[in-house]
Order: sequence, then C-alpha cells, then structure tokens
Amino acid sequence: MKVLVAVKRVVDFAAHIRIKADGSGVDTANVKMSMNPFDEIAIEEAVRLKEQGIAKEIIVVSIGNTACQETLRTALAMGADRAILVETDTDIQPLIAAKILTVLTEQESPQLIIQGKQAIDSDNNQVGQMLAGLLNWPQGTFASKLIVEPNSVTVTREIDGGLETLKLKLPAVITTDLRLNEPRYISLPNIVAAKRKTIAVIPIQQLNVAIQSPLQTLRVTAPAKRQACVKVATVKELVEKLRHEVQVIT
Amino acid sequence: MKILIIAEHDNDTLKSANLHTLTAAHEFNGEIDVFIAGFNCDRVIQEVATWPGVERVRVANAKEYQHQLPENTAPLIADIGHEYDVILCHATTFGKNILPRAAALLDTCMLSEVIKIIDKDTFVRPIYAGNALATVTNQSTIKILTIRTTGFPSAQMSEHHQAKIEHITNIIPNELSEFVDHTLTVSERPELTSARIVVSGGRGLKSAENFKTLEAFADSIGAAIGASRAAVDAGFAPNDYQVGQTGKIVAPDLYIAVGISGAIQHLAGMKDSKVIVAINSDPDAPIFQAADYGLVGDLFKILPELKTELSG
Repeated sequence: MKVLVAVKRVVDFAAHIRIKADGSGVDTANVKMSMNPFDEIAIEEAVRLKEQGIAKEIIVVSIGNTACQETLRTALAMGADRAILVETDTDIQPLIAAKILTVLTEQESPQLIIQGKQAIDSDNNQVGQMLAGLLNWPQGTFASKLIVEPNSVTVTREIDGGLETLKLKLPAVITTDLRLNEPRYISLPNIVAAKRKTIAVIPIQQLNVAIQSPLQTLRVTAPAKRQACVKVATVKELVEKLRHEVQVIT
Repeated sequence: MKILIIAEHDNDTLKSANLHTLTAAHEFNGEIDVFIAGFNCDRVIQEVATWPGVERVRVANAKEYQHQLPENTAPLIADIGHEYDVILCHATTFGKNILPRAAALLDTCMLSEVIKIIDKDTFVRPIYAGNALATVTNQSTIKILTIRTTGFPSAQMSEHHQAKIEHITNIIPNELSEFVDHTLTVSERPELTSARIVVSGGRGLKSAENFKTLEAFADSIGAAIGASRAAVDAGFAPNDYQVGQTGKIVAPDLYIAVGISGAIQHLAGMKDSKVIVAINSDPDAPIFQAADYGLVGDLFKILPELKTELSG
C-alpha cells in the first residue's frame, strides 16, 4: 500500500523562542529549524511499515517555503521514497493545509496517511482530523500503537483517561503521539542515498485552493513572568512558607 | 448570538472540563445550547439541563453514539452547527479529536486552546508551548473554538434551572470505525486537571517502584498525581499522567515537581499553577527558574520528611 506522510518544518524543540520587538510574531531568523518531532515519529512509523512489507511506497509532503526541502531530505534519508513540496511563503492555516492535502490525496491515492498530532510551533492539533473529515475517512488520532491489516488498521490512542483501541477501515488518517515509536538516527549512507531521491516542487497556486484565511494574528506577546525562585534550605522552611506566606496548604 | 457547547461524558458522568466551557460560553452573552451524543445517557442529559443559562439540550441518544466516535458525531455537529454563531468544546483529547473534524465539515477555520475571549471576534491562545501568546481575530461566520480549561473558572451551579430537551432524530450510522476496547486508569485520587494540589514526578524518581512512593505521598496530602514525559517514556507512570505541551495542562493552587528537570514542554503544562515548588538534586535544573520555591537535595530523603511535616 501507498503511505502518505505530511511533515512540517518548525523551530527546533530546544531552541529559545524570541518574540519580535514589534509583536508581529516569533523571530525565526537564524534559529535552528527541524522537522516537527511528531512528524518524525510519523515518518518512522511509515518506514517500519515498509520494512515489514506492508507499505510499498512512502510519499512525504510538506507545505511551506523552499527551505522545507531540507526537512523533506531528512524524511527521505529516514526512508521515504519521494517527496512533494507545496511551495508558498504564506503562513498556511490548518483548514487550508487539510484542503491542500486533500488535493494531493486525490492525486496520489494513498491507503494510509500518517502525520504528527500537532506541530510544536502553532500547537493547533487540527490538520489530521480536518483532513479525515474532508476525505470522509476514519481517523485514529494520538496513536501510540498501530496494527495495519489489508483492509483495516487497529489503532491504540492516548486519551485523557488512559488508552482507547479502535478499528478503522482503510483508507484512514493516523496522527501520532509520542510513544508510537522512537525515530531512528540517520546514517551517512542514507543521507547520501536521499540526495538521489526526487522532490517535486508544486507552486501552491497550481492546486486551486484558496489560501486566504479569516484568522489574523494581531500581536504576539510574551507570557507574564514569574518572580524569581526562593530557594529554601529545609523542608520545615518550605512548609512554613506554603502554610503562612502563600497559604496554599493548611 | 447563538452558542453551542459540545458536552463530554461517558454516558454516565459529565467531565469537569464542561463547566469551564460553560463559563467561556457565558462570555459571549448569547443563547446557549448544549449538544450531547451518547447512548443510555439520561443521567447526563438531566444534569446538563440544570446548567445555568442553558436554553436547550440537543440530544442524539442512540446505540450508534455509544462511544461518540468522530466519524459519525462530527457530521451531526456540522448538521446543526449552521444554526450557531459560536461552537465550543474544551481542549481535552475528546474536544481535540472531534471539533476540528466538525469544523472542516462546516468549511470553517478553528482556534485551539483559547485562554481568553477579548470580544466576539478576538481571542488569545498560547503558541510555542506557551512561550508566546497570540492575539488572533477570527472573521469566520461561525467561531469554532476549543478552550483551555485553565483559562476559565468552573461555572457555578444555580438552583432550579431547567432547559428544554430536544432529541435529534437523523441518527448517522458509522461505517468507518468501531470501538474495540479501552484501558482506563481507575483512581480514587482527585482528577489531575481539576485538583487543588498536584504532585508530579520525573526521571529523578529512577524507577516505577519509587514512583509508587510518590503516589503514596500524593495520597497522604489529597493531591492528584502527574508525571513528566521522561517519567512516562521510562515506564514509571502511565501516559494519562503526563503533564506538558502535548499532555495535560494543569493550573492547581499548588504544584509540587519532584525530580523533574523542567523541559520546555513540561513547563508548558504547569506554568500557570498558582504556586510551584521544585524539589531536585541538581541546583541548576531549569525547573527552578519556573518555581516559586525550590529545595535542592535528595528527593528520597526530602519526601518522607515533607510527608511528616505536612500531615503533622
């Protein structure tokens, strides 16, 4: 089966977030960028399905500027077969991203779409569910385990109360949670091999999806800062402060 | 202005998060309806009907909705969604799973994890794990939002309110997905997201056995128990304990972080707590920068002492 994986290029999870002085957004110039960690898990899962002989071809897709080619190369080095970049300099909202992925899904006819449950920059957690809705496919969100069979996928989901297992008819959309797998380190030979794989670049205008959004960010600000930590020397002192200074315990 | 709340329940009990969403709904100053999909959920329906300010409870009570799967629940929300100006749910795994799908079916953009409603078109939501706050205008005809429960207090119940109950009859079958089973953590402890005190453990606990000691400590002071991602990944605690950017978001009166280094993604889940205490052997651990009170030392010595002091 064909597996489509969608990945997003984001500010690295360990990078320090700097807010632009004019409040127009987060400064991403000269900041380390990486593949969204949840999307890395999605690629890893697809590659494992290929290694098990279940997936025949893995297509990786990203939507963004030309620098996303670097992120797609990483996915190719992990084991994806070919890549598509839907190129745009505009910040794309989740619903628009889902519509773009719907068009690509119609062109590529995958049986399974895997993507991260959320991107760690915008923290939306929407695209997979929206894509499944637009395609009228079942969705297995926040997946921590997948068992793929010829016509169905059994997915274990991380939910607030514990775990839930669902059986979905294929084709289906899966969004990954942290404990689905641990992405592999990329070996040098695979990095070299990835250079020979193709990245098709599609200008976003070609897909006939309106990219204007009714959502507009007015400003981005820093959250309120906490007062400096008071180091206490003993447990007694700590309890004293909790009881009498801030009165959160009796 | 007409507002629809998507209620979360297990056919028997309503989740506490619903009442935070009800508070958010009241901020729009409009007529509030509540949507319930479920099966044999009469208790839930009756309780929602008593929520203050609710006009109508719109119920799809059918076998097809026993597990409230998104494949047939989202289309139902979309069916009635056109009648509303605002559709709200809370950002629990239930709300996050179902609302984006309904939004897509309504061809409407959605805002996740709203922490503040400035006016009917303007909202504040955290981005980058809460390291930045975005103020966003939404010009969509229907505003579809999940709200973060820590941003809105729980609604107070009033006496003698009785909303109208209406049944939705066009039940949609689900041919795409089926429920197999679930493993839910059964606990006598307070719920993590609504507890007044939360005790959380990290990798510093070193083992699942030691994590049990922390649970005993939490029980002795009537606290809920949480964990860092590192502790969950290491198998010390189940996934539903995880506090953080991608786990649960908590804001108790007192948060005690034990053996937690303080990764950005963990801080995202607890930094709005009223008072934060950090206990860690490493004086340079980043958790101390997020804490109000810090105690550097061996947690295995500190915990028993703290237990004695607090219960004394």
